[in-house]
Amino acid sequence: MNHDTYADNYIREILNGVKSIAMVGASPVNVRPSYFAFKYLAQRGYDMIPVNPGHVGKSLLDKPFVGSLREIGRPIDMIDIFRNSSHIMPVVDEALQLMPLPKVIWMQLGARDDAAAEKAEAAGIKVVMNRCPKIEYGRLSSEISWMGVNSRTLSSKRAPMPTQGMRLSLNRMSVGGGETTASDRAAKNKNDPT
Amino acid sequence: MTDRLPGFSTLAVHAGAQPDPTTGARATPIYQTTSFVFNDADHAASLFGLQAFGNIYTRIGNPTQAVLEERVAALEGGTAALAVASGHAAQVVVLQQLLKPGDEFIAARKLYGGSINQFTHAFKSFGWNVVWADPDEISSFERAVTPHTKAIFIESIANPSGSITDIEAIAAVARKAGVPLIVDNTLASPYLIRPIDHGADIVVHSLTKFLGGHGNSLGGIIVDAGTFDWSKDNKYPMLSEPRPEYHGIKIQETFGNFAFAIACRVLGLRDLGPAISPFNAFMILTGIETLPLRMQKHCENAKAVAEFLSGHRAVAAVNYAGLAGDKYNNLARKYAPKGAGAVFTFSLKGGYDAGVNLVSNLKLFSHLANVGDTRSLVIHPASTTHSQLDDAAKVKSGAAPDVVRLSIGIEDKEDLIADLDQALSA
Repeated sequence: MNHDTYADNYIREILNGVKSIAMVGASPVNVRPSYFAFKYLAQRGYDMIPVNPGHVGKSLLDKPFVGSLREIGRPIDMIDIFRNSSHIMPVVDEALQLMPLPKVIWMQLGARDDAAAEKAEAAGIKVVMNRCPKIEYGRLSSEISWMGVNSRTLSSKRAPMPTQGMRLSLNRMSVGGGETTASDRAAKNKNDPT
Repeated sequence: MTDRLPGFSTLAVHAGAQPDPTTGARATPIYQTTSFVFNDADHAASLFGLQAFGNIYTRIGNPTQAVLEERVAALEGGTAALAVASGHAAQVVVLQQLLKPGDEFIAARKLYGGSINQFTHAFKSFGWNVVWADPDEISSFERAVTPHTKAIFIESIANPSGSITDIEAIAAVARKAGVPLIVDNTLASPYLIRPIDHGADIVVHSLTKFLGGHGNSLGGIIVDAGTFDWSKDNKYPMLSEPRPEYHGIKIQETFGNFAFAIACRVLGLRDLGPAISPFNAFMILTGIETLPLRMQKHCENAKAVAEFLSGHRAVAAVNYAGLAGDKYNNLARKYAPKGAGAVFTFSLKGGYDAGVNLVSNLKLFSHLANVGDTRSLVIHPASTTHSQLDDAAKVKSGAAPDVVRLSIGIEDKEDLIADLDQALSA
């Protein structure tokens, strides 16, 4: 499938469907994006598992670090990879050894490996690349609108008062699929090896 | 399954707004408060550290303002926006993210007189050096590029001349130079021109004009197109390098394609302070709901008035890009097919004195220094908005001494024409 842009419904189904998320490369340093995303997703009710061999023995927000995906020892719905593009393939290879397989492999903002994506998709796994689940959750729920960000969704329904740990509705009307036309074009130009 | 895309008028009414969670209020409430309580110490720390979405203090953001921001971002096709106190404040905040003392930016010579003053004098005191180029001669932009160039700034429809800028040609120069193109889209509004569709990386507005539309509230806005890679080289350290004021966060790495809007908020607005008032945000938001209807009427009236003036014996020339045969008519057809805006100039055979007489004889047009109001407005730029320029610069910016500027409102066009006719004959 095309990974330059994603229909909102594709992302919506993933974020509505998964319950457990293993975050590979999660950092205990509280200014790193992986820390922000981990904390936010945990607050929104996801069962978060931090994976980072460098921090085994420590915990991230009371969740103990595990050294590798296979050490999790229970089924996981989604793997969120916080690594550079060049470190994606080994993680995907490891994920493909899991039994049962994860339903989704998500690569963070800035990370993209088309060969790894193809391999995962061939095994029936849904793939998202170069996106942040925190940003996408915030966008589809419009929680991100507090920061002046274009959620590209509309709703005429009264929203519930958000409270700690609450899952928010992501089922708003989409203004457009994926990114804006201009940012799509820019992302595409950046990925074209010219 | 593909998502259906709502049209411009639907976005003008709905984007960013949702019934209030607490009260069910359907219109966006005016959150007239300075500050917002934290749930607990951890929540406060998360908000201050940019780790959570939410409100802290109205100098950084406010829920009424946030609706305005999302709405304009949606109308312009950008990823995010930041509303500030005025169009001038928007320009300061944008350039603060891009320039260090000693850097340069290239600006079109045809600009609002207030922007020319701000760039020439105020920004010079910050060590930001403006280099002027001629929007009618694209090669002058190419020639102005140096290793110190950090941005290019143009107006989509120039004030006061009403001329249309070839955005795509200048966007190509910016891309080649590796710098963002900033477009002031105040006179067009996103209803007539969406600069991001033509290659702009940043759009700024004076919301005071057509977007607010009623001449009652000041505001400005910055829209991030999400198109520029700030980390490609080391030219934009505010976005690419760890920020000491946020414990080492890198803004682009953390916020992706809306990083510029976030930088403007958390490094610009937070520290420089030009926040928009929640009340003004509300007034402008209400104005935007009717933007498509008003712009149609503004353009229809402007074309009728321009046609009337060009057939009048006292008039030497009319500069309205919507007129067939105007120098900018081809660019208007390309960039603004729905209408060439409602601000334009004309010159009188009787010169400076005839212009002064006209202004004093008009009964319906208001003589004042604003544009984009429901009311029709008139001004003599050479003695007001552009008075601080020398005569040569006045001519180059489209404000020669014999030029009168009109901003056509949404009254009945027959009444506007009758008022101009009596004033020209008096």
